Amino acid sequence: MSINIKDVLKKYTMVLALIAVVIFFQAMTGGKMLLPQNLNNLISQNAYVFVLAAGMLLCILTGGNIDLACGSVVCFVGGIGAVLMAKDIPWIVAVVVMLICGILVGAWQGYWIAYIKVPPFIATLAGMYAFRGLSNVVLNGYSVGIDDTTFLNVFGGGADCYVPDLFGGANFNITCLLAGVVIAAIFTALVFRRRIAAKTAGYSVGPLTSDIVRVVIISVAVIWFFFMLSQYKGIPSSLIWIGIVLLTYAYITSNTTIGRYLYAVGGNEKATNLSGIDSRKVYLFAYVNMGLMAGLAGILTVARATHAEPTFGQGYEMDAIAACFIGGASAYGGEGNVFGIVIGALLMGVINMGMSIMGVEPNYQKVVKGIVVLAAIIFDVMSTKKKK
Amino acid sequence: MAKELLKMNQITKTFPGVKALDNVNFSVEEGEIHALVGENGAGKSTLMNVLSGIYPYGTYEGDIIYNGEVCKFQKIKDSEEKGIVIIHQELALVPQMSIGENMFLGNERGKKNAINWNETYGEADKYLKMVGLSESSRVLVKDIGTGKQQLVEIAKALAKHAKLLILDEPTSSLNETDSKALLDLMLEFKKQGMTMIIITHKLNEVVYVADKITVVRDGSTVETLDCHTMEISEDRIIRGMVGREITNRFPKREAIDKGEINMEVKDWTVYHPVYTERKVVDNVNLNVRKGEVVGIYGLMGAGRTELAMSIFGKSYGSSISGVLKINGKEVDLKNPRAAIDEKLAYVTEDRKGNGLVLSNSIKVNTSLANMKGVSERGIIDADKEYNVAEEYRDKLNTKTPSVEQNVGNLSGGNQQKVLLAKWMYTDPDILILDEPTRGIDVGAKYEIYCIINDLVRAGKSVIMISSELPEVLGMSDRIYIMNEGKFVGEMKADEATQEKIMSCILQSGRGK
Repeated sequence: MSINIKDVLKKYTMVLALIAVVIFFQAMTGGKMLLPQNLNNLISQNAYVFVLAAGMLLCILTGGNIDLACGSVVCFVGGIGAVLMAKDIPWIVAVVVMLICGILVGAWQGYWIAYIKVPPFIATLAGMYAFRGLSNVVLNGYSVGIDDTTFLNVFGGGADCYVPDLFGGANFNITCLLAGVVIAAIFTALVFRRRIAAKTAGYSVGPLTSDIVRVVIISVAVIWFFFMLSQYKGIPSSLIWIGIVLLTYAYITSNTTIGRYLYAVGGNEKATNLSGIDSRKVYLFAYVNMGLMAGLAGILTVARATHAEPTFGQGYEMDAIAACFIGGASAYGGEGNVFGIVIGALLMGVINMGMSIMGVEPNYQKVVKGIVVLAAIIFDVMSTKKKK
Repeated sequence: MAKELLKMNQITKTFPGVKALDNVNFSVEEGEIHALVGENGAGKSTLMNVLSGIYPYGTYEGDIIYNGEVCKFQKIKDSEEKGIVIIHQELALVPQMSIGENMFLGNERGKKNAINWNETYGEADKYLKMVGLSESSRVLVKDIGTGKQQLVEIAKALAKHAKLLILDEPTSSLNETDSKALLDLMLEFKKQGMTMIIITHKLNEVVYVADKITVVRDGSTVETLDCHTMEISEDRIIRGMVGREITNRFPKREAIDKGEINMEVKDWTVYHPVYTERKVVDNVNLNVRKGEVVGIYGLMGAGRTELAMSIFGKSYGSSISGVLKINGKEVDLKNPRAAIDEKLAYVTEDRKGNGLVLSNSIKVNTSLANMKGVSERGIIDADKEYNVAEEYRDKLNTKTPSVEQNVGNLSGGNQQKVLLAKWMYTDPDILILDEPTRGIDVGAKYEIYCIINDLVRAGKSVIMISSELPEVLGMSDRIYIMNEGKFVGEMKADEATQEKIMSCILQSGRGK
């Protein structure tokens, strides 16, 4: 088996697009784009996109179904948390309540979608209005501040939301760099362990060079990224949450039966039902998960802002949907993966940030974002057409 | 002798891998009703699609000579302008629109930006009267019955000034009275000089209306019978339809002792899921023993698939009644999962629509109905899953470079094997195979037959639904014959002949 350049290019088109966009902005901003602080902001500012996109991916897998309500739910859940903490309820209790609220909202919408067959677009459109209204009710129309520093530090808000450096480096965070090296090492070990296991079990394995190239590229990227972060303040706590969410969902979608069912329902619902799988439960699962992720995104959002207000989360749902589609999720369901949404979210984040640094007017920024989403979908449709 | 209105000369139409029509010659005289008969897949509909321009000029070989001139139709509109109008088997009406709107859809009265509604409904009413409908053309299509909808289709064709009307299975969704009315209407049109081609499976209808009968078999026209110069019986038509000899297209199966009854169905009745007053399966009784292949023969629309799916965890129909016994124990299978747990498998006729997830790999499809087998507490054992897929690829001789290949990229025969593998991996005792060899080539068919033989040799029971007579005769130990929702006959394979089975169906059709 040889490596087909064309296949590689096709598979990693969006990665290449991301690199091209980064280089473009790096040049246009005179090297400001890749400053450590900007990289740090890229993660912290877009934490909600990664989290919501993970939830959204599951819904989209079931057949291109989306959740328009999650932006409102972010605000609603965040509002509840802020109000609770303002009443001196321990932050940990507030967090649990917020997550449960997210799950309940997901179950509410999921029930109508799965069992009553309300089209997801409409069920969640209703939710978008209703939970926006409820956010206002909860917050009484005001902004509510959060001053629990533990909460803020843990969920990426305030000035100290970084993993402390165990070695006390003054301008350089050694822990952060070490973490990067460890992650790269673990990744390398996993790839080769799987390769050896497959070989001993007698399965065919891909060419060794492609594995090595993959490991080297990813390890270098990871170590470089953490090296850059160590030059600022280290690992932002939101990055840890993003990491947990993405790893969990990558595992669910590729290694569990329920993950398999999501793809199967999106690929052919009738065949899935006749295989003895209840597609209604699969839809419910996807939307309950979406609710949970909206809850977590709500926590991250209010923590970062150190307060909650009734206008939070507007348009978040669109950012998440865009990240999924740019990342190669099929608008018809059954195709897409977590790696893709990471690239999709990064691409959106880089474009936003690059344009901001360049001083492009916000209105034009939106135009560019729109064009990027459209281009990604056109690419998806064209490439599936060609396959037929 | 009347003038020849249509002549189709040496028409050959090839689809990738299949020759659907092979040098077909077909001619129709002005003012006659010409019936086109043949088994499913013989090429009748393809021929009519060539004629009406659905397959544009250039995608087939041969000439169409209509009214003395050679026609090169690019699209349906072209043929309709010449007065050739086809009425398809599936009604092509928009239920939410009125009769009048439907009749002139795409052909609106008045100006482009100002539809003349008076003219629309006035004209529509005129044509409705011609087909004997007393409804106003302002009534919505969804508010009238199927019989009347079929008449609206005909009125719509008349509104296009049809000279040659093609009716593809016009009575397949109609009851006896409506069918009779429709056929009488055809005879009435003939008196007025209209030329018609009718495609139908119901031979009694053919004998009733046709002036000439052309028999199509395996993509060629076999013969044209003139009903005025010779006495035409249904048996005569059948002989033409099934004329081929059965050679050893079926692998031999050594006689196996049939075990006890594995599954039994009693007084099984199923109603249509949407039109809940329509009976789709009517009081069916059936049983199958261990090590036995039971064939269910019937034409399309006889209710075979509906029967099978209603048994398989009620995946079709409403108000299902009757008793289902598996291994002598009465069971109530509420959903496909329950059916699979009772070791029942249903291998669908529609492998792309109901069977496989085309965007997923062979591996994923193989394990889909038995994920428990390759996972523990919800976590998939990737190695085991791969092994299972490989094992079945070997066993069924599926031709593919890798089990990671997407099923959508496989040929029909290999897709069918993956579908079989998926259900064999659920370790069923009873397999219902619905048209297991539809749309696959002869070689792959033979392999599928061998797999069926292996299954019964291992003591499984197989129910094979098929609309191919030779297949039913060649593979079954016992045959049930199904027509219009009922079982109308049962015979042992060694007593059954093609003629016996066909006449069984015809008698039941007449007996009502």
